[in-house]
Amino acid sequence: MTDHNKRIPTQHVVGFVLSIALTLLATWAALGSNLSTMWIISGIMILAVIQAGIQLFMFMHVVEFESKNGHVPWNMMFHGAVLAAIVVAGSLFTMSFGFTHDHDEEEHQYEQQENDDQEQQDEGEHEGH
Amino acid sequence: MSSHELKTGPLEYRTQEGQMTILGFWIFLAAEIVLFATLFATYAVLFGRTADSTPPAELFEPGIVLIMTFLLLTSSFTCGLAIHEMRRGSVKGLRNWMIVTLILGLSFLGFEIYEFIHYAHEGATLQSSAFWSAFFTLAGTHGLHVTLGIGWVILLLIQVTKRGLTPRTSRKFFIIGLYWHFLDVVWIFIFTSVYLIGMVV
Amino acid sequence: MQLDEFFVTGEPLIYAGMVSIVLVSAAILFILTYFKKWGWLWREWLTTVDHKKIGIMYILSALAMLFRGGADALMMRTQLAFPNMNFLNAQHYDEIFTTHGTVMIIFMAMPFLIGLMNVVVPLQIGARDVAFPYLNALSFWSFLFGAMLFNISFVIGGSPDAGWTSYTPLAGAAMSPGPGQNFYLMGLQLSGIGTLASGINFMVTILKMRAPGMKMFQMPIFTWSTLITSFIIVFAFPILTVALALMTLDRIFGAQFFTLTGEGMPMMWANLFWMWGHPEVYIVILPAFGIFSEVISTFARKQLFGYKAMVWAIILIAGLSFLVWVHHFFTMGAGAFVNSVFSISTMLIAVPTGVKIFNWLGTLYKSRINNTVAMMWSLAFIPSFVIGGVTGVMLGMASADYQFHNSYFLVAHFHYVLIAGTVFACFAGLVFWYPKMFGHKLNERLGRWSFWFFVIGFHVCFFPQYFAGLDGMPRRVFTIIPEWMPLNIISTVGAFGMGVGFAIFCYTIVYSYRYSERETSGDSWDDGRTLEWATPTPIPFYNFATVPHVDSQDAYVKLKEEGKTTFEEDELEPIHMPSNTGQPIIFMAFLAIASFGLVFEWMWMAIAGLLAGIVMMVIRSFDYDEGYHVEVDEIKRTERSARGL
Repeated sequence: MTDHNKRIPTQHVVGFVLSIALTLLATWAALGSNLSTMWIISGIMILAVIQAGIQLFMFMHVVEFESKNGHVPWNMMFHGAVLAAIVVAGSLFTMSFGFTHDHDEEEHQYEQQENDDQEQQDEGEHEGH
Repeated sequence: MSSHELKTGPLEYRTQEGQMTILGFWIFLAAEIVLFATLFATYAVLFGRTADSTPPAELFEPGIVLIMTFLLLTSSFTCGLAIHEMRRGSVKGLRNWMIVTLILGLSFLGFEIYEFIHYAHEGATLQSSAFWSAFFTLAGTHGLHVTLGIGWVILLLIQVTKRGLTPRTSRKFFIIGLYWHFLDVVWIFIFTSVYLIGMVV
Repeated sequence: MQLDEFFVTGEPLIYAGMVSIVLVSAAILFILTYFKKWGWLWREWLTTVDHKKIGIMYILSALAMLFRGGADALMMRTQLAFPNMNFLNAQHYDEIFTTHGTVMIIFMAMPFLIGLMNVVVPLQIGARDVAFPYLNALSFWSFLFGAMLFNISFVIGGSPDAGWTSYTPLAGAAMSPGPGQNFYLMGLQLSGIGTLASGINFMVTILKMRAPGMKMFQMPIFTWSTLITSFIIVFAFPILTVALALMTLDRIFGAQFFTLTGEGMPMMWANLFWMWGHPEVYIVILPAFGIFSEVISTFARKQLFGYKAMVWAIILIAGLSFLVWVHHFFTMGAGAFVNSVFSISTMLIAVPTGVKIFNWLGTLYKSRINNTVAMMWSLAFIPSFVIGGVTGVMLGMASADYQFHNSYFLVAHFHYVLIAGTVFACFAGLVFWYPKMFGHKLNERLGRWSFWFFVIGFHVCFFPQYFAGLDGMPRRVFTIIPEWMPLNIISTVGAFGMGVGFAIFCYTIVYSYRYSERETSGDSWDDGRTLEWATPTPIPFYNFATVPHVDSQDAYVKLKEEGKTTFEEDELEPIHMPSNTGQPIIFMAFLAIASFGLVFEWMWMAIAGLLAGIVMMVIRSFDYDEGYHVEVDEIKRTERSARGL
């Protein structure tokens, strides 16, 4: 099933060409295109994930029958990716504090809430003394 | 602790020890994914927090970063060729392609060191702001991994010259191959989410 | 640096500590020299790669750490018994609650469980060692040196005092200058290397080295919990590694991650810490669940009720453990939406945990219970842990948490889950597997005394703390007001009860060593269900002369029915074993030196230690040692003497 004895490793060559092409595409999308920032970011992130897949499957042989390790390697890579998503997205989500929205109404709400909190704190202090 | 050896298949998978070590390394790579993910998370959260220092968009240059990316992508390719040659049983092919990989890796490092020094001259250091701390730590951790990888490859080249291709030496080369490709994956994400996004936003 | 800055001065308690350290070390050195035991120590223990011996060393170190953490706890309880006590001053109290928490979680609970895993897991799956014996020794020494580095802080340089969570900016360079906090960073970093390596090691061991025929869903439940715990370790520990490294960069190299200058973000530390910290909680509780399951099914003399449900519950808990970390800092102000999301995910965890409780009850239902000490610990666990779990759900409700947060209610909650869960499990597991490790049982009569003292003491100590918390007593205060006194006195009495229980436990070890009957059969409790009981006692260093073919759950039960053993003379083959090596201890000693250098910011020392460590890695890379083979004759001799044939 693998190309152990072939002189020219087609899989590697194809993978290499693809990764160069994808890199150029990502660079063009970011610096040369007129897409909106949101589209650029999601687009190039998807391209990065595809490139990671190329490395894993075409270079690293993540699925290889002879390894006798079954599904464990790609299972670990998959869960690693899930965890990476949780860590990055989760941190951004948690660290946003709900105070960075530039939506007027929401900001107003938070201000009000803050004021309420302040009042409560003041009351608490009075009781304490 | 079985010492039975299979008669066919790639050398590195023939002993149970080889299979287990390779599996263990895959699991280690999973841990490395989380390690880098945490650094990426820190970078993302601290993005834009440059305080009084120079913002990244003024310092990042597409030219040098693209060169570094191509160097590393090519080194990943040549490393794959080296493993391919190893599986064909050619020590010479393995050694030559690995040396090419080494040279490419070293030039990548050279560019990275140049880049860091250049930023430092422009007033962006580990100490100058939260953003730059996160940047230097993320890129620096990757650079440190590349450095370790280069030292490791040199050790293995000495060993394969002395011992030839055995289940153990091929297992070691297969693993350094995994490591090297993995560093390339990490760099792709650094290139995309640090440099490209840093230049866009 | 002056000598009086290097050593901690001015505290009578610490002088006493210094004297006892010097005396104990001198005594150990003297005994080893006088009885000419240095060679024995080096050959049999310091260079060993045998999983059973490494496990025993883990457990002994963990017991020592339990003593240290316990002494900290008793000092705190003494200080808090009455208002305006002058036993500890504020600074000393801060240091003690910091070291108490860190020691108990990182250097007691985890090593204790990893020790039990080391001893038991290879035996349960019919393996002759772990997958990477060298790495296993490395793990142990990295833990031990990390622990020593952390513990030495109270006499040299001063202990960390920012709590075991070490929140920034308090733990940052500006507000906690000096080496104290660096001890925390380097001690945890060093032992963290070993924990990650252990996680990888156990995963590969369990996935690749099971007895022929043993399917995943035929593995003993403790092995399952170890596998899943290892999975959590692999994915959680790198987060801690990075968090510690970032704080080290902040403190020593002037980076700005968690500072108040340079637009750093102190809250990011809390975020990273708990992203590791919550999974960490499950790292110390899941193996405990595994131990209780083994003990309960053995002494209820029944197959575990709902085995598959149990396994899936563990998997589900492991998955959820990565999705709840924010509940540790609801009050940080992340906003209502963020808190709601994590509040719901937190409460979800109660579901699989509940499933497990019913599994244990189902196993006990209509069984003939053999009420041994190990079983008593397990039975005490169920109701005690439920109290801890239910109050955990209360804390999980974000809005209610604003009231409970940082109060003694929280303190009571996490001691209820960690002591009733992890500590009871450590005792249960140690008593249960003790005959396999040391060739004799622990005295049951003394065991009961220590059990009752500890369990009653535990409830007397921590139950009142729920109410102290509801009365408004915040955690981490070094002195109390008169209104809280009655509850605190009760609590202190309970704490000393636990201390008495632990002392009796230690005495039991000494007593049993001298007076207990030596084991003659491998199946010490007569009701063993899993493969570890199929080996003879003492266990030969290669574990299994012949590895049985497994095709069912509770493999040893079937083996007994069929009259088979792990010594089938006609199937013997030479056994391949790894050689002992002194590399791990030397390697880790160098890294410990490097860490010590970093603690005091002596860069020459840090760099020298690190370079020496790299040299050790190079030596390892060129080490092509293949191990050795045990010949059939030797196996026959060993087995015959072990089995009394």
